[in-house]
Formats: sequence, C-alpha cells, structure tokens
Amino acid sequence: MDPTIIIDSLPSLLEATLMTIFLAGISIVIALIIGFFTAIVRIVKVRVLNGIANIYVSIIRGTPLLVQIFVIYYGLPQIGIALDPISSGVLALSLNAGAYLSESFRASILSVDNGQMEASMAMGMTYSQALRRIILPQSLRIAIPTLSNSFIVLIKDTSLVSVITVTELLQMSSLIIAKTFEPLTIYLVAATIYWVLISFFTNLLDKLEIKTSRYLVR
Amino acid sequence: MSIIQIHQLKKSFGTNEVLQGIDLSVSKSEVVVIMGPSGSGKSTLLRCLNFLEEPSEGTIQIGEFQVITGGKIDSKRKKAIRELRKRTGFVFQSFNLFPHKTAIENVMEGPIVIHGAKKEEARKLGEALLTKVGLGDRCDYYPAQLSGGQQQRVAIARSLALNPMVMLYDEPTSALDPELVREVLQVIKDLAQEGMTMIIVTHEMSFAKDVADRVVFMDNGVIVEQGTSEEIFGNPKEERTRQFLSSVE
Repeated sequence: MDPTIIIDSLPSLLEATLMTIFLAGISIVIALIIGFFTAIVRIVKVRVLNGIANIYVSIIRGTPLLVQIFVIYYGLPQIGIALDPISSGVLALSLNAGAYLSESFRASILSVDNGQMEASMAMGMTYSQALRRIILPQSLRIAIPTLSNSFIVLIKDTSLVSVITVTELLQMSSLIIAKTFEPLTIYLVAATIYWVLISFFTNLLDKLEIKTSRYLVR
Repeated sequence: MSIIQIHQLKKSFGTNEVLQGIDLSVSKSEVVVIMGPSGSGKSTLLRCLNFLEEPSEGTIQIGEFQVITGGKIDSKRKKAIRELRKRTGFVFQSFNLFPHKTAIENVMEGPIVIHGAKKEEARKLGEALLTKVGLGDRCDYYPAQLSGGQQQRVAIARSLALNPMVMLYDEPTSALDPELVREVLQVIKDLAQEGMTMIIVTHEMSFAKDVADRVVFMDNGVIVEQGTSEEIFGNPKEERTRQFLSSVE
C-alpha cells in the first residue's frame, strides 16, 4: 500500500462522497414523506388508496433494489419516460426506502397503546387531532431506532446507483482503481468513508432518540 | 330533573348481548355507583355512554343533548358524538395520561384543543385544577414521574378541565396499589360534595356506601336491582345481589 495514492485520490473520493450524501439526503426526505403518507393511508384504510399502498409496499419489498434501478433507468425510456442517472437513482432509492419506512411508521403508530386514542376521543377530539397531537409524537419516538436502521441501509444502497453511471463514492473508487491498479487501498478508503459517514448519522439519531425519550426517564 | 336518560340501551359483540336493554336516569348532582360481577356489562354501559363503544340500540340523553344509536356513521353523526363526549368526563382504570406531556399539559390539552382556549388561560385553569386534586406542586412532572394515585388524580383534573356535566369513572382505583386508593377516592368524594353528577363503576364497597346516592346492581347485561346504599347493602331483595355481596365481603 502506497500512502501517496491515498493522499492523491482523497480529494476525488471526498467529492464523490458529497454525491453519496446528496443522494442519501434527498432520498431520505422524499422517502419519509412517501413512508408517512403510505402508513397513514394503510392505517386509516382510505378506500382505493389503501389497495394501491399495499401493492406498492409489496412490490418494492418483494423485488431487489438493483432490479428497481434497472427498470427505472433502462426500462422506463421505452415508454417515453427517460430520466437522467441521478434522478433515476433518487427515484429508485426514495421509492425503495419509502416502502420500508411506511412499515416502520405503521408499526410504531399501531404500537401506541390504544388507551391513548380512547382518552383523546373521550375528550371530544377528532381522529386527526388525536393522531396529530397524541399518537404521532409518541410513535415517532418508537420509530426512531428503525428509522435509523433504514437510513443506514439507504446510505449503503446509494452504492448500487454506481451501476447507472452516477459518480458517487463507489463509482469514483472504481474509476481511480482503473488508473492506479490499487483495488485494496482504494476500496478500503471508500469503506472507511462509508463507515465514518454512517457512524456520524447513527450518533445523531441516537441523540435524537434520547432527547425524545426524556419524558420516560424517571 | 334528570340530567342523564338512558332508554333501552343494547350492545352486542357478535352474538353476545352484553347489554340487554338498560333503562337508567340520573338526576343532577346525583352519585350513582354501579356494581356487579365481572362480565356483567357495567364497564360496557359506561363506555357506551360516551360512545367509546358504539351501542347497538337505544337512546342516550345527556342534558339537552340526545344521540340516537345505530345508523350510518357520517360526519354529522361523528360531530354529534363529539358533542356528547365534550359534556362527559371519562376516567379510565389505566389513567391513560398522555406520557409525552407534563401533568399540566395533560390538563391544558382539552381546553386548548376542544374549547380553543388561549395557552395562558388554559395554564391558569390547569394550575387551579391540579391544586384542587392536591397536585399543585407537581404541574411540571411527567406521568412517569408520578405514582399511580397521582396519575389518576391528574386524569380526573384533565376531565374536569372540559367542565363536563357528568363524570364517568371506570373502576378508577382498580389499577392502584392499596395504599394509593384512598387519595383518589377522596378527590371523587370532594367532587360529590360539590354537587358533581357522577356515575362510578367500582368494587370499593365501603366507598360506595359512603358516597353513593344510589347503587345499581348489574348482572348479565341487565339491572337486577337498584336503591340507596342502605337498601342494597343492608337488605338486598334479589338473590343474585345477595350472592354477589356475600362473595365480595
């Protein structure tokens, strides 16, 4: 292993890391929105939408992410929907994470004790008031550990987008290796960057979990 | 003048008829204690009164406000049910305080959301009510930091905050350690003395003797007999009442 190779390649790798963060960041925001509304639709059992949501979650969870990426990037142009690589990547990652997040949200909302809904209703609240003011704040705390998990998976999954030529961390590593012929060094650097990145976000979410749980501490 | 009128109230779960046509009226400031073996339908009756369970048949009138049961659940009907709930305070066996809100925030929630009160007004009301139930110094505690008895007193204050016409208690002391029962019953007794109309489902016999203007004995979804506590406890007419009383004493 030659340390100068690491030093020389680091700027490009870090720049590509920004793309990884961008993909993960924008996808998680969209996925949170998709996941939240899918969960609500399935819990409230909104007619028609509930069926669509069920099919969506089932298909996404039942197929590999790589296949989903290929369908969106290589498949959709055939019916006139041609997206650039980054948009395709964001779309695939958001749809994928959204389905998993909707399951997390659903489970966390359903795990709030039924007495909470009863107490809210007994006061004369509407269903949506009870959901918004009483149920959701409590379910968020329950959801954080699994959200954290989904976020980690999402950061890792951005590496799959390298196959459709998005120059994120893994793709950049391969490009550098093609020039330097140092796969072990470069891939280990890339792995380290993923690890640091994920540790950082895991820490952040752990802190958030402690903060939202303060009312449970005696 | 009766403030609550229940007419031919029925409730079935599947083929199991839990309430088989209950008629009951309660006067203003009257304290009615409902007793009976488990499965007799007493909790279901109470829960039907503010539609935590949807009754199958019958009418419920609270004050001027009447809800006829059955029929389609549309938005008009939902509104009617909410109006009924605003007029009744419900105290649960398991307290059901909002754990992510402090004691005073629990009490303020109803006035703010239901009555549209300002935060400062709601806080003043909350402080007054928590002081009334002896918890003026616990306003900023979370439920997890309070004992069961204290939690139940917060729950009572939370119900009172909506200024209900009637308070309903579903076994309010059943989930409490014995040494905490008294503080909760004292709060209920004080309310009785102030003239609050109340329906209480409880197994606390001595409390019932103390506070009840009328004791209703239920079994198998019907009211078996009712009367003053002297009549029911001293000289029950029905065999089933006698059996129940001897089994719990």
